[in-house]
Amino acid sequence: MAGAGGGNDIQWCFSQVKGAVDDDVAEADIISTVEFNHSGELLATGDKGGRVVIFQQEQENKIQSHSRGEYNVYSTFQSHEPEFDYLKSLEIEEKINKIRWLPQKNAAQFLLSTNDKTIKLWKISERDKRPEGYNLKEEDGRYRDPTTVTTLRVPVFRPMDLMVEASPRRIFANAHTYHINSISINSDYETYLSADDLRINLWHLEITDRSFNIVDIKPANMEELTEVITAAEFHPNSCNTFVYSSSKGTIRLCDMRASALCDRHSKLFEEPEDPSNRSFFSEIISSISDVKFSHSGRYMMTRDYLSVKIWDLNMEDRPVETYQVHEYLRSKLCSLYENDCIFDKFECCWNGSDSVVMTGSYNNFFRMFDRNTKRDITLEASRENNKPRTVLKPRKVCASGKRKKDEISVDSLDFNKKILHTAWHPKENIIAVATTNNLYIFQDKVN
Amino acid sequence: MSQKQEENPAEETGEEKQDTQEKEGVLPERAEEAKLKAKYPSLGQKPGGSDFLMKRLQKGQKYFDSGDYNMAKAKMKNKQLPSAGPDKNLVTGDHIPTPQDLPQSKSSLVTSKLAGGQVE
Repeated sequence: MAGAGGGNDIQWCFSQVKGAVDDDVAEADIISTVEFNHSGELLATGDKGGRVVIFQQEQENKIQSHSRGEYNVYSTFQSHEPEFDYLKSLEIEEKINKIRWLPQKNAAQFLLSTNDKTIKLWKISERDKRPEGYNLKEEDGRYRDPTTVTTLRVPVFRPMDLMVEASPRRIFANAHTYHINSISINSDYETYLSADDLRINLWHLEITDRSFNIVDIKPANMEELTEVITAAEFHPNSCNTFVYSSSKGTIRLCDMRASALCDRHSKLFEEPEDPSNRSFFSEIISSISDVKFSHSGRYMMTRDYLSVKIWDLNMEDRPVETYQVHEYLRSKLCSLYENDCIFDKFECCWNGSDSVVMTGSYNNFFRMFDRNTKRDITLEASRENNKPRTVLKPRKVCASGKRKKDEISVDSLDFNKKILHTAWHPKENIIAVATTNNLYIFQDKVN
Repeated sequence: MSQKQEENPAEETGEEKQDTQEKEGVLPERAEEAKLKAKYPSLGQKPGGSDFLMKRLQKGQKYFDSGDYNMAKAKMKNKQLPSAGPDKNLVTGDHIPTPQDLPQSKSSLVTSKLAGGQVE
């Protein structure tokens, strides 16, 4: 089922698109994170306006077996508000940087959402019954005159229209001086980490007034600052292990059993660079924008500006696989530096069986790499292909020379149309791809 | 950009010894670097240096003095202070921030467009 075919053997079809059609994008509508929950039934998005929208997959219609359930709005709420830190003269954006789901333990769903400074634990619960038949209240809530009450009755629960409520259960604040870039829930399901540019903190989900600092790379003299933390994640199975990536292209694996403060790494993953290849851009394009463990926990994937690398945790000196996302941009680095695109932070994700990886690019293109067949494919998230069950046509960028029909030249790429956030359903071949302000859902062709 | 260490000039000329494969990968990057240096001659420093990272760490910095602000608020009752210039983000020492300049707490926010008016 999931991942049975390769990235190319799967025929990807348009399923749904969410969001406004108009080109004039309000800042608040810019999607900043996308995440499936552990079962894949729920899909959460966060945006620059601090809002979270959760979609739920409808139960499969047994009669209509030619498509999987659609995702419809389940809940939406304002997670974070803009703030101003008067003491430090800092504007705190309400933009949701990351959402991470907790595994489901009871009827309610829980997720962590974070902006630059504050992490919040949200409880999303359903209410489909309400008590009726109170003795002292009318149905509309007004209190009855007690003297008119002549009989007693027992209130009963009756069904009502489903109401989904989101409430903030914990607020984890004031632990980060710099901007939070990652949160990751531990496999113990009791603790989680939050990482900013220079520090990583460990929290207990029940305790909001304390957190432990486990990594601190702030130099004594800030003039000596040479690298920052760009992403961090707990190992999916080992509750004592986590990794963090840096702006210099390195990944450090730390073991919390070794010491309370994990400033000294247990493993350092770094691909050696030929010093004669070095250019002004080398360090910038080596900065890792995302790191993700495979579901198995044996591998991890990193995304830098031009490539995706798969690392075997047992081998520190080089990645085991490297996939070029958009190598043709290497000859455009000057203009990409000028328009700041070189600093774009692309994310990456694994499919459920760890056989295919996916990441975004420009012009609303996204790329998939099949690790087994070594084939790759480029697809586009566009409303032009939005008939359900239309198979997406592979796209090709022409780097130089004669442009073939249906190819697009590098100079025609729209660098404002970036796909930074993508997510893959944990079990099925369903993917969520976020363009600037739209969310696309694609599925593999079901016969 | 401020003063930084000079980049090693030898880097620009030493690629003759590399094999063809590497050449194809390196030359575009070097050509791009040359283009950038031509446009911004003062850009001699390593980009990973502290200035670049400090800029990143200071994202969101606005300059605000509560004393100035309260004085200005008091004076505002009598006369109109000049409003913020075209770049509202640049609230620095000379310009006294007024309530209009500071980010408003958007209490009544619109529902996300992802949640309404779905186009399937």
